[in-house]
Amino acid sequence: MPKKPDLLPGTLDMLILKTLSRAPLHGYGIAQAIKQLSDDVLTVEEGSLYPALQRLLLQGWVKAEWKMTETNRRARYYTLTAAGRKQLGIELSEFEQMIVAISRVLQNA
Amino acid sequence: MFGLLRKLWLLIRREKFHSDLSEEIDFHREQTERRLQEEGMSPDSAHYAAIRRLGNEARVKEKSHDVVGFQFETALQDFRYALRQLRKNPAFAVVAILVLTLGTSASIAIFAFVDAALVKPLPYSNPARLVDVAESHALISRSNLSRLDFLDWRSLNTVFSAIDAYTGSGYLLRGTSGSEVVYGGRVTSGFFNTLGVTPLLGRTFYPGEDASNAPPVVVLAYSTWQKRFGARTEVIGQTVSLSDVAYTIIGVLPRGFEFAPQGQAEFWTPLQPSPGCESRRSCHNLYGVARLKDGVSLASALAEMRLIAADLERQYPDSNREQSASLQPLSELIVGEIRPILLTLLAAALVLLMIAAVNVASLLLVRSESRRREMAVRGALGASRARLIRQFVTEALVLVISQLIFGLIAAYLSMQLLMKLIPPDKALRMPYLQAAGINSHVLLFAAAIGCLSAVLFSVTPMLRLPLREIRDGLSEAGRGSIGTVWRRLGSNLVVVELSLAMMLLVGAGLLGKSLYRLLHVDLGFEPDHLATLRVAGPDADYRKPEQAVALGREVLDRVSALPGVKSVAITTILPVSFNGNTVWVKFLDRPFHGEHNEVNQRIVSSGYFTTLETQLLRGRYFSDAADASKPSVVLINQAMATQYFPGEDPVGRKFVYQSFDTQPREIIGVVGDIKDGQLDSQVWPTIYLPFNQDPDAHFSLVVRTSQSEESILPSLAATVHAIDPAIATRDEATMTGRINDSQSAYLHRSSAVLVAGFAALALLLGVVGLYGVIAYSVSQRTREIGVRMALGAERGSVYRLILNEASRLTVMGIVAGIVFSLMATSLIGKLLFSVRSWDVATLVSVAAVLASAALLASFVPARRAASVNPVEALRTE
Repeated sequence: MPKKPDLLPGTLDMLILKTLSRAPLHGYGIAQAIKQLSDDVLTVEEGSLYPALQRLLLQGWVKAEWKMTETNRRARYYTLTAAGRKQLGIELSEFEQMIVAISRVLQNA
Repeated sequence: MFGLLRKLWLLIRREKFHSDLSEEIDFHREQTERRLQEEGMSPDSAHYAAIRRLGNEARVKEKSHDVVGFQFETALQDFRYALRQLRKNPAFAVVAILVLTLGTSASIAIFAFVDAALVKPLPYSNPARLVDVAESHALISRSNLSRLDFLDWRSLNTVFSAIDAYTGSGYLLRGTSGSEVVYGGRVTSGFFNTLGVTPLLGRTFYPGEDASNAPPVVVLAYSTWQKRFGARTEVIGQTVSLSDVAYTIIGVLPRGFEFAPQGQAEFWTPLQPSPGCESRRSCHNLYGVARLKDGVSLASALAEMRLIAADLERQYPDSNREQSASLQPLSELIVGEIRPILLTLLAAALVLLMIAAVNVASLLLVRSESRRREMAVRGALGASRARLIRQFVTEALVLVISQLIFGLIAAYLSMQLLMKLIPPDKALRMPYLQAAGINSHVLLFAAAIGCLSAVLFSVTPMLRLPLREIRDGLSEAGRGSIGTVWRRLGSNLVVVELSLAMMLLVGAGLLGKSLYRLLHVDLGFEPDHLATLRVAGPDADYRKPEQAVALGREVLDRVSALPGVKSVAITTILPVSFNGNTVWVKFLDRPFHGEHNEVNQRIVSSGYFTTLETQLLRGRYFSDAADASKPSVVLINQAMATQYFPGEDPVGRKFVYQSFDTQPREIIGVVGDIKDGQLDSQVWPTIYLPFNQDPDAHFSLVVRTSQSEESILPSLAATVHAIDPAIATRDEATMTGRINDSQSAYLHRSSAVLVAGFAALALLLGVVGLYGVIAYSVSQRTREIGVRMALGAERGSVYRLILNEASRLTVMGIVAGIVFSLMATSLIGKLLFSVRSWDVATLVSVAAVLASAALLASFVPARRAASVNPVEALRTE
């Protein structure tokens, strides 16, 4: 099995927030969404996903509630809060600045 | 803020948090499983694939928990686990804590004494500015001040804000049950102000109260007030009769007051000049204490005092010839003698602690060895590296906390014990030791020990457990190599232990030999079967010379009539007490240029030398008939003959006292040198005057007995009291007792005994450490030994194999120990008496002791190795 590239450090929180900005999802759903949206390039390790979700909850950027899934299973759904949306904006713009800076270096070096 | 609230909320609802998380993760796994099945996997393989995908579930939970949890929660968990570890392995716990308690309590207890004596300032205001002031001359670098010199020094100096003088005195205190000799201090009126001491009750002396015509007043020591005056506040203004003079009590000193140079003083009186000595410039009987002015250094003060002394020498060439000044910090006078002893003891205790710590560290190594699999399992189950390291740190902390708790308790108890072991008269000379206790300095010191131990005990097992190798630990394969690594590290530690133990043994050996030499020094007399007693007749009845002579004769007659008494004699100063009480002599038949021929002067009865069994080298003894009606005669000791009459016969030569005119005294004989000063002192030139020509009602008796000298002591005092109940007696003791209790013997013995105790413990720990290493090595090499024996090795060669290993370690330890000891000699050098710090005999015998103990310790495991059954040994692997 070819090794998948690791997530860039610090980007997991942003990816989760972005995924949740479209609709509330449970943890499994978040992992699947990231995987599908990235065309199977990015894999979120479960070992990082759940601690990250706890961190986001603690910051108040997402909130969680137990709901029934379409298959009638209980699952914890995460929803983006207003503060989370603001945070997502900050992280996106920081990330873009970073990408621009990196690509400048790559083009000119 | 929000985060903290949520954390607190989750702390209360921890179980809900965990069940939610579990459910969430289960859901995740089920979803994955379903997806995999939909992709065509068999239910079974989908199930396991999903579990694998999820990775380490415990790790996920722990990490999630860490996000919301508090640090202390896991710390608490680790702590509980550490306690459980200790309980599970009680042998290790007991040994480790016992060993550490030994080392720690010894260090803490000794440090408490060091703190009391050397760190804590003296109980005076701004004590660092107080200096000891004395004269100095060729023979003695610190000698008594003459009162007239002191007065000139006081008026001429510009370096002291205050300077005062003090000396000791003795009084007869009449009581209902006879008279008693009590000690006092005589001080100039500003003495207590200079020290900065305020009285508990009443006042101290007014200026001018030390004038010769001032009414007699007295200040009581706190203990005197408690013991003799029932701690009544009404004593102020009342009178007390000291040597039949009524003194008005004007004050009581505070409880914490101490002045070691006059530690025995119960009554403090103003120094009103006595008609004789204290009005002559040539008579030296005082010491000074002064407070340096702000900004004046000790060196510049000394320079000025030397100039003043030089001026006085020009002004008074007779009395002040070669009399200079000497200054030192007051603290140096008080604790200078005990400092090297305390520092040596502290060093010894710390070395013991190091051995103990190394011992426990190697136990931890062995234990971490056997816990490799436990750590590997924990690692495999998801414990992070940091968490495993934290586990070691926590276990170290548990060990260190118990070390400190037990150490402090044991230190407190041993301090109480040591305090009780200090005889009362020594305690009075070292009053500062009473302040030793568990205080903030001591706690700080204990904390420092704790920190260092914690680092050692957490790092040692970690060193041994490279955490990246965790996976290897799960397999049995790595075993052989692990053993070698451990042996190397463990055996290095045991070399350290043995070398430190060697160092302490050398120290104990040297101090012990010093003590032996000191106690067997040539005294110049036969100390066995000698009893001594101090006698003081009240001045009112015995001041006149003929009264004192009659008292002396009466005492000698009655005591010699006691059963078991072979002979009895009188002296003013007993042997093995002090050099001093000197006079300057001027020989009549040789040119004199004013030089100070300073000699000890003792007044003795005619039977003194025969009673002491001191040899007469030349001439004759004086007889009982030599009294004031006859020409003055003296005996001199050999040191005096050698110094002043080299190659001549002193018998028949005459001298007078230099500073006050008396009739010429004729030398009629030379006796052997008697050790008058402390055991480690030199014998000074000494003259002996006949008691009947210079009588004194204050004297000491020496009694030679035919049976036990101990048993005669009570009847001695009773005999004297039967003559006159008003006569006081004191210090009844046997001569050997006096010698054993003398200051130098006491100090040498205390340091020798304590260091020997530490050394014995160190030897025990070192040897136990060696046993541990060899025994472990044997257990690790069982298979190797089995192979060797299967291939035909003799049992003897197996013994050799093990004993070789042990002796290699022991020899390394001994050699390193000798090197360490030689490096530490500067510390111990000051405490040695006629033993060099590289005394070969001591080094060799100590090495032999250590080597045989080590051999014994390694013999047991060697025997076990030799009795290995090759078949079983090979089967165990």
